[in-house]
Amino acid sequence: MARKTLYKKTSVLTDKIMHYCPGCAHSLTQKIIAELIEEMGLQKNTIFVAPVGCAVLLYDYIDCDTVEAAHGRAPAMATAIKRTRPDHFVVSYQGDGDLLSIGIAETIHAANRGENITVIFINNAIYGMTGGQMAPTTLIGQVTTTTQKGRNPETEGYPIRACELLNTLVAPYFIERVKLTSSADVIKAKKVLKKAFQNQLDGKGYSFVEVLAGCPTNWRMTPADANKWVDEKMTEFYPIKNFRDEGIVKEASKC
Amino acid sequence: MADNEKVLIKGNEAIAEAAVRAGCRGYFGYPITPQNEVPEYMSRRLPEVGGVFVQAESELASINMVYGATAAGVRAMTSSSSPGISLMQEGISYIAGAETPAVIMNMMRGGPGLGNIAPSQADYLQATKGGGHGDYNLIVFAPSTVQEIVDIVYNAFDVAFKYRNPVMILADGIMGQISEAVSMPPMRDPADIPDWALGNGKNRAVIKSLRLSPDDALAAHNKHLQEKLAKIRKEVVQSEEYKCDDADYVVVAYGTPARITKTVVDALREEGLKVGLFRPITIWPFPYDALKALSDRMSKNSSSKIFVAEMAQNQLEQDVRMAVEGKVAIDSFNRLGGVNFDEEDLFDFIKKSVK
Amino acid sequence: MLNKIIVAGFGGQGIIVGAKMLAVTLMRDGKEVTHFPSYGAEMRGGTCNCFVVTSDKPIASPMVKISDVAMIFNKPSKAKFEPNIKKGGIMILNKSLIDEDASRDDITTYYVDATNIADELGSAKCTNMVMFGAFAKATGLVSLESLIGALKYTFPKMKDELFELNKKALTAGYEKAFTK
Repeated sequence: MARKTLYKKTSVLTDKIMHYCPGCAHSLTQKIIAELIEEMGLQKNTIFVAPVGCAVLLYDYIDCDTVEAAHGRAPAMATAIKRTRPDHFVVSYQGDGDLLSIGIAETIHAANRGENITVIFINNAIYGMTGGQMAPTTLIGQVTTTTQKGRNPETEGYPIRACELLNTLVAPYFIERVKLTSSADVIKAKKVLKKAFQNQLDGKGYSFVEVLAGCPTNWRMTPADANKWVDEKMTEFYPIKNFRDEGIVKEASKC
Repeated sequence: MADNEKVLIKGNEAIAEAAVRAGCRGYFGYPITPQNEVPEYMSRRLPEVGGVFVQAESELASINMVYGATAAGVRAMTSSSSPGISLMQEGISYIAGAETPAVIMNMMRGGPGLGNIAPSQADYLQATKGGGHGDYNLIVFAPSTVQEIVDIVYNAFDVAFKYRNPVMILADGIMGQISEAVSMPPMRDPADIPDWALGNGKNRAVIKSLRLSPDDALAAHNKHLQEKLAKIRKEVVQSEEYKCDDADYVVVAYGTPARITKTVVDALREEGLKVGLFRPITIWPFPYDALKALSDRMSKNSSSKIFVAEMAQNQLEQDVRMAVEGKVAIDSFNRLGGVNFDEEDLFDFIKKSVK
Repeated sequence: MLNKIIVAGFGGQGIIVGAKMLAVTLMRDGKEVTHFPSYGAEMRGGTCNCFVVTSDKPIASPMVKISDVAMIFNKPSKAKFEPNIKKGGIMILNKSLIDEDASRDDITTYYVDATNIADELGSAKCTNMVMFGAFAKATGLVSLESLIGALKYTFPKMKDELFELNKKALTAGYEKAFTK
């Protein structure tokens, strides 16, 4: 009986087994990115900037040129790479501590300059690699190893909404938040990422995609419960929507 | 300006023009006195040659932009002054670990802290002995004339790319402000993107400093770095000796103090004292062998003496002591907090000391 | 050879650029030269001075403590730099802003009504040029012609009318500087 190939791993992903925990959104996001790179024929032309955090080993899984940034500085590196080598496709891939805490200045300024890069932001509301400490995106009341009674806004402030924050700037071209908790969401996320990639190829400027991500290990949940938590708790504070497309603000920010 | 025609140019502008002529096509920096002429000059000059100028949001961003551009194989640099260079130390450590050929200019000012904007040499140990974390060294050049700034900057990119090691040019604030007549070298085309760099078009490049596995990967990488640094020690070291052949007294100084010392050497020789100047041109690698040979010879005269003249507290002196190995007496002449010294001060100090 | 020159006044008087023109003139005359401005947080109106050192041989120190020539543009600078002129040295005073004579008789002092002359020529901004014209007369270190020759070289974007004004100012300074 003749067999038909229905699914094949993209060759842009290496054969190395990912170190990400079960249910972690990094693996799914990176798979989508790798598929897009293959589909769009970008493998030879892509330069990734890997962050400090769980995604630091990005280059072990995605078979493209990659440079590893210091914590928070990925947008600065991506700026310089894109400016000096404008014929390359440059992606800055960052987590919440990297992008919104230690690197918030680089995040805002790269966006504000309207750099023609694509920034992918994995928001899982926690520091994963260091073992579950509070992130700038940790929700009010969320228990972490450094907010053991839950995040208290009196002392820890409120979570920061990246899309809404960047949407106050003039320069960005594209800003959207996605999630990966259902097949439909994954298909949608891929479309959004494709748009963010195409924008750069077309020289349109700064594109930002935030991915709401589960971290079952540090949330102390099963992957299924983590998905539920993303759907119920995270989307409440971090709505899934397009904030800006083609440089036009679709949704005024309520930060 | 035409090649080889003498032009009067300020040190800071000479840095920028020499860099452009050396093929530098990326400058990333943040304003700080006394080196603002570098970014100002670059902001108008680089676009003329198809280069990139970005005024970064901070020195943290500047140095990491340089890391990005050099990882992509582009000749790129930043410049700053002491407090800004302190902010860059994390990035410098990453650059050294990832082996990208960054060129960094430190036009030193008085510290610690915000200090002042006057000339200083108090970042010597930061530049030569670390600054950032981990076992690494920068190649550090210390020019003392504007022509030497030009020659060193022009060569710095070649050295950085040859060894894939960051190069620092360390000068006191005076060197940036002084104007002198110089001959500019010819304009060079930017070099091709090397095979190790991002986007080289030949093989996949991963530029990183993290080495978790196998267990000995970081040890092996450190061994490689040290072997490279040992090679640099042999091949890059430079120094100048001025009237040292018969000298009973030698002053060790670099940068502006070395210039001032030359005048003092001449004045003291007119008074019959056999004085010379030993001037390190690279301060990492430090010219230990040359200074050791000189001090070995001097040690035959028990009244001989070595003076260390610096705008810092016994920083250069630590390297001098390592070279001299206790064979010749050492006397230090220090001026701190952004205070430069006059010829007369050093003249009197030496005369008093040798009596 | 007179070789250590201090130019002093307040910011906005064209101290640094005037001294640069002098340094370029000396360079074009085949001399070794260094130009070193004081630098600080002050901008317009603050104190400002500049060292120019010239020699037939390479110059070691660009710093000037004891000067051979001091060009003094305002009163506070006179108090500061007159005492440090070498015995037998030269001082050039902007008489318009300094209503007192030299305090020393072991130096030669030239006076020039620089700011007023510049004003009459059309702009107080060329006070510095009047002073450098006086410098040529007082020191003989550079000629009036070589100063004028260096003008366009130092300021390549200078417009023709400004060039003519500066040329007149240099010449007036040369002609009108006097000793008492």
